[in-house]
Amino acid sequence: MTVPVTSPHIHAPLSVQRMMIDVMVALLPATAYGVWLFGWPAFNLLVLCLATALASEAAALTIAGKPITRPLTDGSAALTGWLLALSLPPWAPWWIAVMGSAFAIIVGKHLFGGIGQNIFNPAMLARVALLISFPVELTFWVAPHPLNSPTSPGFVESLGITFMGVSNPDAISGATLLGHVKTELGRGVEFAQALPDYYSFSAIGLGNISGSLGETSALLLLLGGVYLLARRIISWHIPATMLATLALLAGVMHEINPARFADPLYHLLSGGVMLGAFFIATDLVTSPGTSRGQLIYGAAIGFLVYVIRTFGGYPEGVAFAVLFMNAMTPLIDHYLRPRIYGRDRSGKPLAYTHEERRQ
Amino acid sequence: MKLFRFRGGVHPEGRKESAALPIIKMPLPKRLRVPMQQHIGAPAEPVVRVGQYVLKGQLLGSAVGAISAPVHAPTSGTVVEMGMLPAPHPSGLPTFCIVIEPDGKDQWEEFPVPRDPQEMPSEIIAERVAAAGVVGLGGATFPSAVKLGAANSRHIHTIIINGGECEPYLTCDDRLMRERADEVIDGVRIILHAMRWGRAVIAIEDNKPEAIAAMTAAARGYGNIEVAVVPARYPAGSEKQLIVNVTGREVPAGALPASIGVLMHNVGTAYAIHQAIRYGRPLVSRIVTVAGDAMREPRNVEVPIGTLVSDLLEFCGIREEPARLLMGGPMMGMSLSHADVPVIKGTSGVLAMARHEVTTSETTPCVRCGRCVSACPAGLVPLEMAARARHDDMKGAEEWGVMECIACGSCSYVCPSHIPLVQYFNYSKGKIALERERTRKNNETRQLIEARRVRVEREEAEKKARAAEKARARAAAKQAAAQQTEEVTP
Repeated sequence: MTVPVTSPHIHAPLSVQRMMIDVMVALLPATAYGVWLFGWPAFNLLVLCLATALASEAAALTIAGKPITRPLTDGSAALTGWLLALSLPPWAPWWIAVMGSAFAIIVGKHLFGGIGQNIFNPAMLARVALLISFPVELTFWVAPHPLNSPTSPGFVESLGITFMGVSNPDAISGATLLGHVKTELGRGVEFAQALPDYYSFSAIGLGNISGSLGETSALLLLLGGVYLLARRIISWHIPATMLATLALLAGVMHEINPARFADPLYHLLSGGVMLGAFFIATDLVTSPGTSRGQLIYGAAIGFLVYVIRTFGGYPEGVAFAVLFMNAMTPLIDHYLRPRIYGRDRSGKPLAYTHEERRQ
Repeated sequence: MKLFRFRGGVHPEGRKESAALPIIKMPLPKRLRVPMQQHIGAPAEPVVRVGQYVLKGQLLGSAVGAISAPVHAPTSGTVVEMGMLPAPHPSGLPTFCIVIEPDGKDQWEEFPVPRDPQEMPSEIIAERVAAAGVVGLGGATFPSAVKLGAANSRHIHTIIINGGECEPYLTCDDRLMRERADEVIDGVRIILHAMRWGRAVIAIEDNKPEAIAAMTAAARGYGNIEVAVVPARYPAGSEKQLIVNVTGREVPAGALPASIGVLMHNVGTAYAIHQAIRYGRPLVSRIVTVAGDAMREPRNVEVPIGTLVSDLLEFCGIREEPARLLMGGPMMGMSLSHADVPVIKGTSGVLAMARHEVTTSETTPCVRCGRCVSACPAGLVPLEMAARARHDDMKGAEEWGVMECIACGSCSYVCPSHIPLVQYFNYSKGKIALERERTRKNNETRQLIEARRVRVEREEAEKKARAAEKARARAAAKQAAAQQTEEVTP
């Protein structure tokens, strides 16, 4: 009649695919905004990243002799391509998108054994690999060219930009906020003067500035993060400790020397911090499994982001910080295990005093 | 009273529609099949023969050894068959059963009944509970009298009466508390009397307001009995977790609840103890929740032990062939391969699950999301244990604490990759237990060999010593004789 199976016989309405879809839903507002802000070339970049990620996944699965349909549709490969696209300069050429996505999936994921086995966040691994290999392309930032503005390139024109490397006469390139301020501070300019003219909380909060495709709008990313928290796809531990540590460090340093060190809000709202805190650092596979481990992991990323931004050679450090802590994750998971019921932290059975036993 | 929180747990959908339905009585089926093994411990030994007429409550099998329980006739009738027959057992193998054909009179055997249990010596209570075949009705089926007896010698201060019933679908304890609150409280008072002192806490999940009200009303006037309302969270009804809920203490690893002064009985067990002591009636029936969407409607039925699941399903009205047939709750229950098995003392529910209710999803690779870690009430890391169990690395699984797993299923329930974690852990536990047993036996054998070697050596040495002694004596005698000769012959 029926085949005997082990308990439990019911299951929470949850699957890896559903979780991935929820993450994509959470990414939609910031992504749509980024595409609108930077126009058709940004759209091309996103599509190329997604397509290459899926194609690479299919190729890697075929070579490994694994089933293809199910892993391909679980959303993880698409999400990797998506996240990489969001972290790239919006007008990056096609080969950056293709090389990056292929590297993320093949080297970052499948060389380690496929889903669940990778040590490093594939999208960040690819981003760092691209940054080191192609620093010029990876630091070419266009100013916002919203789709409805007259300077925004049309679709046909965008194909030229993406595939032929045609430079757009209307494109105004410039440094990112972090890059600009870092240069100015390096020249000895005081922080308050180093800020560009457009700088205001509303500008960097909404994201109407130059930067990576999906990183500029802190508010929309925060919105997505709140959605993920509400849907319990991620827990508060990593984003909260990462943001709090970064803000705390920035606050203390700014208090000590406001001329040399930027204020906390500047750090929280600029660069890849919001994307990193809610979507990158919280990557299930590469972050610690216990809440205590996640607290340490998140705090360490926040600390590293601040240190790299303030004292390092690069203006931004989210990708490096995440990768570094990815490498620490097995260590954290090994040492920070939960306390087993009936045992103390060292694993010895609990011992109650005679008095305690009698209560 | 102050309550505490246990770690982990999950919130499965309650599906307790049957809570609204009163307990109905199952009419006697054509045959009753009574297994001799319905409890933890040694199976009972049959004391009847085929063809014998038995009264309801008459002994069918007597307890063997320290941890065992007798089995009684669920109704009056004739023993028509004895032998190995299908019965609920995790192994799926047949067990020894006695089949009774009821005569329809349902006539009880006469039992001596005490005037007032509160005047009975507590040892007698434990004895009578043992004789009535009462076992833990929450599902563990541990002989209750063993707990009553052992506790006497220890410092038990809190008796927790488990009315948690955290498993989805099941409502038999809920209905029992609502409909027979006075009887349950009487059972609790008898337990308290048997323990001589201490208090009783009746712990009920907050999703059973009617049961809480009924029990609170019934407990009024007894200063040493109180009702504690615990938050509904699976597995709040698990012994170790409920103890934390009520006392804030954890049972130390490798120890029993009694070591921290706590003892737990299920509400159904309290009721069975009341029946055994007040009316001298052995445990021959129990309340079973019959539910699942393959049934026409859910029910709570008082079923004679030994009733076949197929008879029970037919009586309750089955709608379609179930996708999965379960005995117990959906989180920890056992899946039955067919309905030709009897209801036993530990059967809290029979669930005929329709296709849409059970999981059939394909397993995908672990993504290390850590949901199993936050869900585990034992504080384990299921993903690490599973990774090791999967590669048959039992040592690794043991290091990560697999032996402390309580098999509650919370981890499997939340796993987005649908990995059968509990299956891995049950397998590992079985394998490790076997390995430990083997090591123990090897050590014993080694000790015996060593002991023999020592004994043989000692005996050799003694023999040698004796021989040497004899030789010395002979030599001395010879010398003495020689001296004498010398003396005699100068």
